[in-house]
Amino acid sequence: MQKAKRTRKNPGTKKQTAKKLRKYMPLYLLSLPGFIYLIINNYLPMGGLILAFKKYSFAKGIIESPWNGIQNFTFLFGSKWAKIMFRNTICYNLVFLVLGTSFAIFVAILLSVIGHKLAKQTYQTLILIPHLVSTVLIGYLVFAFLSEKNGFINNGILMPIGAKPVSWYTQAGYWPVILVIVQLWRSFGFQSIVYFATIIGFDKTYYEAAVMDGASVGQQIFRITLPLLKPTVIILIIMALGRMFASDFGLFYQVPQNSGLLYSVTTTIDTFVYRTLMQDHDVGRSLAAGFLQSILGFVVVMITNAVVRKVDNESALF
Amino acid sequence: MVCTKKGFRVFANAVMVTLAMCCVLPFILLISSSVTDEATLMKNGYAFIPETVNFMAYQYLFQSFGGILRAYGMTVFVTAIGAFLNVSMTMFMAYLLSKRDLPGRSFISFFIFFTMLFSGGMVPSYIVWSQYMHVGDSVFALICPNLLLGGYNVILMRTYFTTNVPQEILEAAEMDSCSEIGKLFHISIPLSKPMISTVALFSALAYWNDWINGIYYLTRRKDLYTIQNVLNSMMNNVQFLKENTLDAASAQIVNQIPTQGVRMAIAVISVLPILVIYPFFQKAFIKGIVIGGVKG
Repeated sequence: MQKAKRTRKNPGTKKQTAKKLRKYMPLYLLSLPGFIYLIINNYLPMGGLILAFKKYSFAKGIIESPWNGIQNFTFLFGSKWAKIMFRNTICYNLVFLVLGTSFAIFVAILLSVIGHKLAKQTYQTLILIPHLVSTVLIGYLVFAFLSEKNGFINNGILMPIGAKPVSWYTQAGYWPVILVIVQLWRSFGFQSIVYFATIIGFDKTYYEAAVMDGASVGQQIFRITLPLLKPTVIILIIMALGRMFASDFGLFYQVPQNSGLLYSVTTTIDTFVYRTLMQDHDVGRSLAAGFLQSILGFVVVMITNAVVRKVDNESALF
Repeated sequence: MVCTKKGFRVFANAVMVTLAMCCVLPFILLISSSVTDEATLMKNGYAFIPETVNFMAYQYLFQSFGGILRAYGMTVFVTAIGAFLNVSMTMFMAYLLSKRDLPGRSFISFFIFFTMLFSGGMVPSYIVWSQYMHVGDSVFALICPNLLLGGYNVILMRTYFTTNVPQEILEAAEMDSCSEIGKLFHISIPLSKPMISTVALFSALAYWNDWINGIYYLTRRKDLYTIQNVLNSMMNNVQFLKENTLDAASAQIVNQIPTQGVRMAIAVISVLPILVIYPFFQKAFIKGIVIGGVKG
């Protein structure tokens, strides 16, 4: 992010400012729809967060609804789901972060040693395909493999080798693994392209000099590539930490097909909010959960950014 | 990296081929399931190589299933309008911000940047859009919430405008008494085509793939469903298929619906346009990922 530089105000700039305002007026007007949209779509909901401390009634609206203190929160933490959804959201995110980052770096390094141009291009194109499709569709792809009656895993693998078919959508134990695999599958291409683009930007002479000195491939990776990659990795990790309390609704809702038997391992803050709001019509609890998600997410971003700025000013986001 | 060992390169290629196959094979399974007839599906399940090929599922979809063409039209409409509006608003805001001597520039920058740091979350957003903007059960529900403008794209495009449009050309145009809007349309936009097409691409993809707005805001008007919402409904119950069959009067037809195949056929139809045009835009796509990911 570029830091906005404040221009120093000279005396007598009022006239100039008025002149500039007139000059740029058409541009302000052109941007007006965008500003109005951001106010409606982003800023009004931020104000709407106060509803977490109100007893919301659809008839009375945001302002008129009566306050009810922290009742929504006590109600939320009174249910067993509060603990489950926070545990799931954070744990999945940590696993995705660690496995996703290391796998993406691994793939990026492999891509960078492949010399054949066409092959490299083809690999890049193909591994990005999962990133193009909707989570609903990913749900269908997973279903084609895991459907109890027709799925490929049961019919094409387990039965031919004489094993018993598994009823995947009713057994919670498998899902942490399945969800991690699905998430890795859809995101590794995207992430590795980001790292790969950074790697090909490195100065070639480092490697040439290292080879002259007889460095092996492993030494080139561990002594040159990885250290140079560090700043990028840090930035991407900060950004991921900022999303620590967010979860991809589709991944946890569509892919397990919203199966009630799997809720203990698939409930994240986002699926909980959807279920309480749209299915149970329990606005209070969903507001409380959403409030915690927004505030905690914001706090984490601010803290990680502050820490990074202390350690290494250049890598900080703002 | 300079790789002198042939062994490591062979290893790299082998791993990449495997990974690439992992990315493609699920789609093959989907396509082959959609062209297998129902009886074989019941017997063998979804398989990579169809034992018998037939297009019953597609035939049913286009002849008897009322919802599919409408949903398809809806998706195309929403994608086109949404992406167009998104790109226009993004461009205008970014261009405004690219003026270095703009009064109030740092406030506007912060106004946009802050939306990236903090969000009110789904519930207040739902309340604002449905209770105050009344977009529920209308086509606006599919276009407006969340997807119409993102602060991130504005900042990316602002950076592109300031670094890729030479200041000298803009100044020269001003000498020739070209207006600010004239400079935008005659200089900045033509010089920023790669960035603009990238934003358009990602926005169109987001609209095409979106199903969340549909399930939150279209609770009664199922006729406004996009193809993704139809897919979502069918995953939850096959009943949706039966309710939307055109001549459902005769129970016989309803019972003959090749449900397992039809599911997969709709999935294929929803993703086919993306897969077909992907090779043509993959360069812009990769470029977009690189710009968005590293500069972030």
